[in-house]
Amino acid sequence: MEPDAEKKIPRIEVRGLDMGYGSFVLMRNLNFTVTKGDVFIIMGGSGCGKSTLLKILTGLKEPLQGQVFYEGVSFWETEPDERDRIMRKFGVLYQSGALWSSMTLAENTALPLEQYTNLKPGEIREIVSLKLALVGLAGFEDFYPSEISGGMRKRAGLARAMALDPDILFFDEPSAGLDPVSARLLDDLILELSSSLGTTVVVVTHELASIFAIGNNSIYLDTDTRTMTASGDPKKLVTESKDPKVINFLTRGERSAYEEKDSSVHPG
Amino acid sequence: MDTSSILQFSRPSDDTLAILFAGDWKLANKLPLIEDVRKQIDAEPKIQRITLNAREVKNWDSSLLIFLTNVIDICTRNKIHVDKENLPQGVQRLLNLASPQYQRKGVSRTVTHKTFFVQVADATFDFIRSSTEILSFIGEAFLAFMKFLRGKANFRRSDFFTIVQDTGAQSLPIVSLISMLVGLILAFVGAIQLKMFGAQIYVADVVGIGMVRVMGAIMTGIIMAGRTGASFAAQLGTMQVNEEIDALKTLGISPMEFLVLPRMLALVIMMPLLCLYSDFMGILGGFIVGVGMLNLGVTEYYHQTASAVTLTYLWIGLFHSAVFGVLVALSGCLRGMQCGRSASEVGYATTSAVVTSIVSIIVATAIITYGCEILGI
Repeated sequence: MEPDAEKKIPRIEVRGLDMGYGSFVLMRNLNFTVTKGDVFIIMGGSGCGKSTLLKILTGLKEPLQGQVFYEGVSFWETEPDERDRIMRKFGVLYQSGALWSSMTLAENTALPLEQYTNLKPGEIREIVSLKLALVGLAGFEDFYPSEISGGMRKRAGLARAMALDPDILFFDEPSAGLDPVSARLLDDLILELSSSLGTTVVVVTHELASIFAIGNNSIYLDTDTRTMTASGDPKKLVTESKDPKVINFLTRGERSAYEEKDSSVHPG
Repeated sequence: MDTSSILQFSRPSDDTLAILFAGDWKLANKLPLIEDVRKQIDAEPKIQRITLNAREVKNWDSSLLIFLTNVIDICTRNKIHVDKENLPQGVQRLLNLASPQYQRKGVSRTVTHKTFFVQVADATFDFIRSSTEILSFIGEAFLAFMKFLRGKANFRRSDFFTIVQDTGAQSLPIVSLISMLVGLILAFVGAIQLKMFGAQIYVADVVGIGMVRVMGAIMTGIIMAGRTGASFAAQLGTMQVNEEIDALKTLGISPMEFLVLPRMLALVIMMPLLCLYSDFMGILGGFIVGVGMLNLGVTEYYHQTASAVTLTYLWIGLFHSAVFGVLVALSGCLRGMQCGRSASEVGYATTSAVVTSIVSIIVATAIITYGCEILGI
């Protein structure tokens, strides 16, 4: 990873973003900056558009209005080739892993490497084994996605997302469907990636334990007003925010998130 | 012991109605009617308050909740104050949860009735939109094919060979059966008329020319539409549901090159081969009728077929089938990629793929036949 001299390099800048489907506006006027090394949480109630925002950031869906800047380049206003070049620096972990079902875990993880590097097959195999081992799936290289559990599929998806050592990792509800211990291990992995490799991480989640454990910056998307109503470090928001809905979200009603084990079951 | 649902009304004061609930309020019981409450409310003198007392209720379930919700609804509409203090705690909490203030605003779908003109307009715009999608899909497929010719297309050879095996070798049984039967039927139907003129030898011509020039290609095309077009749509549709195609896109891999192109190439290569095989099986079917039923000689039938079927007809038939291969592949892949994100959408996509394939096969046949007319072949 490239060393950085300045601490606050903006990785993603979002200005005046409106998103929606056709004439239906889901969220309007989103403005935020993700700096290098951040673990940035996108949170909000169900159905508020968190996953849609992720699709816009990762190049899968165009916004209705507004701009997204990567390295100063307006992502959606530039040439598709330039967009492709920028997208190569992302790694995305989808909600259920989105592994290609006709390929083994090793083939899944190897595909990005085969596409974008000139490494020899032997070298690729070594990197694939390393990535799979990092996520606790050593030995499962030749298994197909249908032969492993949902949690394992997520981890394999993460190995694939990390294959090219991306600058920015996007996670769509990473803890959904994981048992508390695995969720904690995933959190630790995310923190490790961000501190040792300097990877910027953007996480869409509503898992409070993770939000407080790993997040150092965040935005809250409000379903009723259809815009972002809070931003900043979640640990500070829970004490300093004036918005009752944000407090309500971050303290799960009236009880503090620190006092309980978060064992809620998430769909998907 | 009386376990039925009991409802009693009383008027402690002129403007107050007291409703007493007692007994068992269970879904299995015969429940009192809300009409009784309405009658009480409408009776003179007009009431301003209703007190609800359910402390005498022994066992209750949703039936009580529904009844109470209806009563509260009537009261709200008639601006009558409702006193819920004498309802059990559990009932009060549940009524609270179900009350409108907790429902998310602005989410219910209002059913608007569309006038006929609006429906026509909507249908026209939908048609324009879907035509544009189809045209741009065909365009992208063509571009991907051009990239392939330059040797730069991005797909896995193992995928290509797997598809070739699926669509080619594994189709042989059904193609054999149907082609032979079609040949048989052609011969049989032709024989009925030709026998009247003693010209049953021309059955060989009917079957030979029919199968080779067009029927072999059409039958193979329709079989593959149902078999392979549906399969492509289901595969790509399911990938769409699982976000696998999104994963390819974010990785910068074009789904057109990676998924659609190998399928298109496989069918373009396999369909003419299957058509050739189908032609042979059809002629074999005709042969069975000719020799078995019409008592034609074996060599007689062979020579008649050989002289009737020209190389031109063969090329026309193979050209038909190559075109059909492209159409079936494109239809299947298009519907798969257009698939929505649920299981029922996959079902819809497969149906649509088969219908689109078959319709485009027939239209293409008409166009090619007309073209042959113009060219005089």
